[in-house]
Amino acid sequence: TECKSSPNSDIRKPGSIWSHSVFAYSQQKELTSKKRDEFEDILEERRQSSDLRYAMKCYSPVIYKGLSACKPSAIKDSVLQSEQVQYVIKQLSKEMGESTDIIQEEAIEILDEMGHNLHIGAIRFFAFSLSKIFKRLFQRVCVNEEGIQKLQQAIQEHPVVLLPSHRSYIDFLMLSYLLYTYDLALPVIAAGMDFLGMKIVGELLRRSGAFFMRRTFGGNRLYWAVFAEYVKTMLRNGYAPIEFFLEGTRSRTAKTLTPKFGLLSIVMEPFFKREVFDTYLVPISISYERILEESLYAYELLGVPKPKESTSGLLKARKILSDNFGSIHVYFGQPVSLRTLAYGRVDRCPYRLVPRHLPQKLSEDIQEFVTDVAYKMELLQMENMVLSPWVLIASVLLQNLPAIDFELLVEKTLWLKGLTQAFGGFLEWPDNLSANKAVTSSLALHSNIVSLVNGQVVLNDVRMENGATEELVFKQALSILMCGAYRNQLLNVFVRPSLVAVALQMTQSFRKEEIYSCFIFLRDILYDEFIFFPGIALKDFEEGCFLLTKSDVIQVTPQEILVTERGNSVAVFLAALFRPFMKGYQIISRYLSKEAKEAFTEKQFILGIRNFAFQLLQTGSTQCYEVLSSDLQKNALAAFVRLDVVKKMKTTNGFTYTVNKEALNKTAEMFGKCISYWYTS
Amino acid sequence: MGQFAHFKEKILKWNGWGYNDSKFIFNKKGQAEFTGKRYRLSGMVLPVLKEWMEKTLGASLEHKITSRAFLNTSDVPPSIVSEEFLQDLRASKISYSQEAEDRVFRAHGHCLHEIFVLREGMFKRIPDIVVWPGCHDDVVKIVELACKHNLCIIPIGGGTSVSSALECPADERRTIVSLDTSQMNRILWVDEKNLTAHIEAGIIGQDLERQLGESGYCTGHEPDSMEFSSLGGWVATRASGMKKNIYGNIEDLVVHIKMVTPRGVIEKNCQVPRMSTGPDIHHFIMGSEGTLGVVTEVTIKIRPIPEYKKYGSVVFPNFERGVACLREIAKQRCAPASIRLVDNAQFQFGHALKPQVASIFTSFLDGLKKFYITKFKGFDPNELCVATLLFEGDREKVLQHEKQVYDIAAKFRYDFQGILFLIWSDLGLDYYIIGESFETSVPWDRVIDLCRNVKERIVRECKEKGVQFAPFSTCRVTQTYDAGACVYFYFAFNYRGISDPVHVYEQIERAAREEILANGGSLSHHHGVGKLRKQWMKESISDVGLGMLKSVKEYVDPNNIFGNRNLL
Repeated sequence: TECKSSPNSDIRKPGSIWSHSVFAYSQQKELTSKKRDEFEDILEERRQSSDLRYAMKCYSPVIYKGLSACKPSAIKDSVLQSEQVQYVIKQLSKEMGESTDIIQEEAIEILDEMGHNLHIGAIRFFAFSLSKIFKRLFQRVCVNEEGIQKLQQAIQEHPVVLLPSHRSYIDFLMLSYLLYTYDLALPVIAAGMDFLGMKIVGELLRRSGAFFMRRTFGGNRLYWAVFAEYVKTMLRNGYAPIEFFLEGTRSRTAKTLTPKFGLLSIVMEPFFKREVFDTYLVPISISYERILEESLYAYELLGVPKPKESTSGLLKARKILSDNFGSIHVYFGQPVSLRTLAYGRVDRCPYRLVPRHLPQKLSEDIQEFVTDVAYKMELLQMENMVLSPWVLIASVLLQNLPAIDFELLVEKTLWLKGLTQAFGGFLEWPDNLSANKAVTSSLALHSNIVSLVNGQVVLNDVRMENGATEELVFKQALSILMCGAYRNQLLNVFVRPSLVAVALQMTQSFRKEEIYSCFIFLRDILYDEFIFFPGIALKDFEEGCFLLTKSDVIQVTPQEILVTERGNSVAVFLAALFRPFMKGYQIISRYLSKEAKEAFTEKQFILGIRNFAFQLLQTGSTQCYEVLSSDLQKNALAAFVRLDVVKKMKTTNGFTYTVNKEALNKTAEMFGKCISYWYTS
Repeated sequence: MGQFAHFKEKILKWNGWGYNDSKFIFNKKGQAEFTGKRYRLSGMVLPVLKEWMEKTLGASLEHKITSRAFLNTSDVPPSIVSEEFLQDLRASKISYSQEAEDRVFRAHGHCLHEIFVLREGMFKRIPDIVVWPGCHDDVVKIVELACKHNLCIIPIGGGTSVSSALECPADERRTIVSLDTSQMNRILWVDEKNLTAHIEAGIIGQDLERQLGESGYCTGHEPDSMEFSSLGGWVATRASGMKKNIYGNIEDLVVHIKMVTPRGVIEKNCQVPRMSTGPDIHHFIMGSEGTLGVVTEVTIKIRPIPEYKKYGSVVFPNFERGVACLREIAKQRCAPASIRLVDNAQFQFGHALKPQVASIFTSFLDGLKKFYITKFKGFDPNELCVATLLFEGDREKVLQHEKQVYDIAAKFRYDFQGILFLIWSDLGLDYYIIGESFETSVPWDRVIDLCRNVKERIVRECKEKGVQFAPFSTCRVTQTYDAGACVYFYFAFNYRGISDPVHVYEQIERAAREEILANGGSLSHHHGVGKLRKQWMKESISDVGLGMLKSVKEYVDPNNIFGNRNLL
């Protein structure tokens, strides 16, 4: 959390490899069209030849040059016998007065629960059944083959860590499937323990290379030691690529989640300790035209608990097999050398003075470095996320509720397409179709969310009437949140110019300085909602201004920022994109000042804000359905804590929160400016 | 008098390592040959060396450069010495020279860039005058004169430095006096009761051992450079010898040191094995690299010459296993006098130095050995590595010891001489190949990782710097200690097509040193710091540590008479 402090304290050395140079963006447009050509639809071949033969094909992946082949059982042994694990076992035995044998037994159990068990039979079974399933679910699975080639090269040179984005359970199945298809080593995957509940599938997953980690094991030192050593042993031996999700869990909102650092620091450690020469980090972007779990996510966000993963649940999901989920794009990014990233930053690491097997707290330097790498990798993931036409349509639609004329929708979508491309968005637009057809086919793919009624495109169940019943509010919220998850995909590309636009509206000023300080406020508030590289607030601001200038929306002079006449409508649109967040945060701050009691827990907060918002929506005093999203609520709470508006305290049973009224009023005032503008415009 | 008279440059190469008559050449048949009579390999034809150089380094006999055969004296910077000083010097009856050859010869050590300058250019700054003191008192006089006339003294012993320690600071405006200790080379006394000898510091290693040997003793200190390096040099750089497992390193061997400084003479009041009188002042002297004064006389431990010597070698399937074995030997504290483990690349280089076989029988034996190792034992010839061993002592104990070591490892005879790399690298220079060695010390648990990473770093840096052929990058473990080992890296590359090979070489060497430090290795095990590795001193010994050394220098030599600017 150190990195999230005041944005002024963060000036980095100029010209470092960390800077997201404005120049890079000006080149992106050409890159985008180049990138698109690289994609290859792997399902095409699957539709033409035998799946069985494919599953039984000769599979001999290239391996790491320094690999000493060994069986999973040998790996488990070496983990158990490692100095690291033995050290912790002895420590625990001393502290708890238990014999080391008992603790050793415990360690073995953990290993068994966790350990993967790669089995070619299971892989072939998966290859066969996934072929069948994927062909039914998806129209196309597009992969950039150049990225595959680079990965193949990387695997032979140094240990590799695969870092895919996480939007769906399909992610890791798909990734293993692709690597099998391209004859690459299957990764071992750090997957959530939830899967263990799925008996048959769990075992199959394990046999196809997944290993499991408990979601939370903060206090359990033995678990941590065994787990960390297991991952590092895999990595050091170059036994197989390690795969895990930086975001930690599937993003329910399709926005990239702020990264988790635990696993990343584990896989970086062998390099810090120079047990390996280098490690490659490979960002992978998996974009779905339609997310399998879309409605499930919306329910979850609204507080209807998610069904526990179970095999029978998966079988019930069979009905989705008859549905169409469009295309998937998997983009394998350029492997990033950890050594290159670390150059000049952590050369002087503290590991030189302490035996390397002793558990050590990460130094501040290294922590900061791990944080930076995590954000950098997520930004690289985001850069190569493919945006479908539907993402544009959803964004337009949400600004034109409850309905919009079809022709107008097409027109606005096309306009947004141009803007998105100018901002460097990686858009997959079907050039062979007319705009009308492209929009129509997108609408058809998402007919569970939108319908075309009498030439009007409407969001299902959404009427935007006052005095709705609770059930109707819920239904409307469901549709809007589902739709919002697609709009959110656009926000990654738009967040910097949009926040400049919002700042312009909030300040109603031309003065650059004033606009910038408002931008910093917005960036601070939304730090958990969107991915900003730690520190460089000024860079973000400049990038936003650059993109707006390039699209002729604003003119920047040394002291002033002026909206051009043509640019006004763009600025309004850009700001409106983020209105749900601004309004949502405002409602939450209103709730806090009115309703919040002395001290509350997160659970109480979420229940409270939900009731509060439901009332507002039922009476029609707000149309901001997205405030019902628990994701937004949690992010807002975190933001208020970060800004000292809310104080977080640890108690015996978790955390409690109290409100700092004075600070809250100030923040609410800032929001007020923004909202009042929207009401008057 | 020692083997080296006044002008040792007569028999030593002026622009390479070692003797004029001992070098690698390619004969008319295109076969490599080692000339002279001084070494085991001398006069032998080495049929595989050429192929090895071609294969490993992409060297080719067609691409040859010739260096100048003689020094061009007109390039040499003029000698600037004040008449007042010369008068005083003459009065003191100490011999001196202002000849160009004498001055250039003492302007450098054996760093690659120094040899390159000799072959192709000229140093910016060289000593203005060379003086040859004959005894301790002469040194006292010279230092006094230097203080009086404000001169800069740079002491020189054997001149084998590989740390740019002898390089004259280019911006030194004072007269630079090269103080050559080579004439102070007598053994002053031998004390058989206490097993010590008192010796003048200018004596060269091999002369010392030969002369002590005449009365049945030795010091046992055998650095790789012992044919040329001097006792005073060993003290000034904290030298380490091949057989330190029996005899110890220089700090274990030294009983008493006399050093002349601008402040006066420093020495202890007695010749005792150990004393508790505050921090040991010897440790300010050892490793001071000529920044504080001139070591003139040393009392050193001596031992009876061992009755029996036995060489041996052990083959391991790979480097990791070899290191594990050395670690075990160190743990059981049964390391023989010398034990060195070479990696596979160096093992193959050793093979390239194999002489033409004398008879069908030896050739048959060789084949049999090869068959035994690779087929019978199942070792991969591209993985296996070799440890060479040297046992010393009385016969019975040696055999016992040998058995103990061989019980730890498998048995196979092999033998390899390290110094030849230096001479060989001179041959390489003629064929666009440059190479050098550097060393470090490292805890046991990091040996494997450090070796792998440093070699990999060298390969990678070469690639990045545009070196067209993969470099020869190899290492060996040359010393074992309780807590770690000394590791040597050799590295050579073909610089055809590179405009500034020395610069590229230096960048790569610097990167390799960074890598060593990042892997938990030391700045130097025994080569010292000189000017080459100064930039890492603060990091190595901390700010305060450096400050301590500086304040000693400040007190002992406030006017920086000993101005070679090494170390600090």
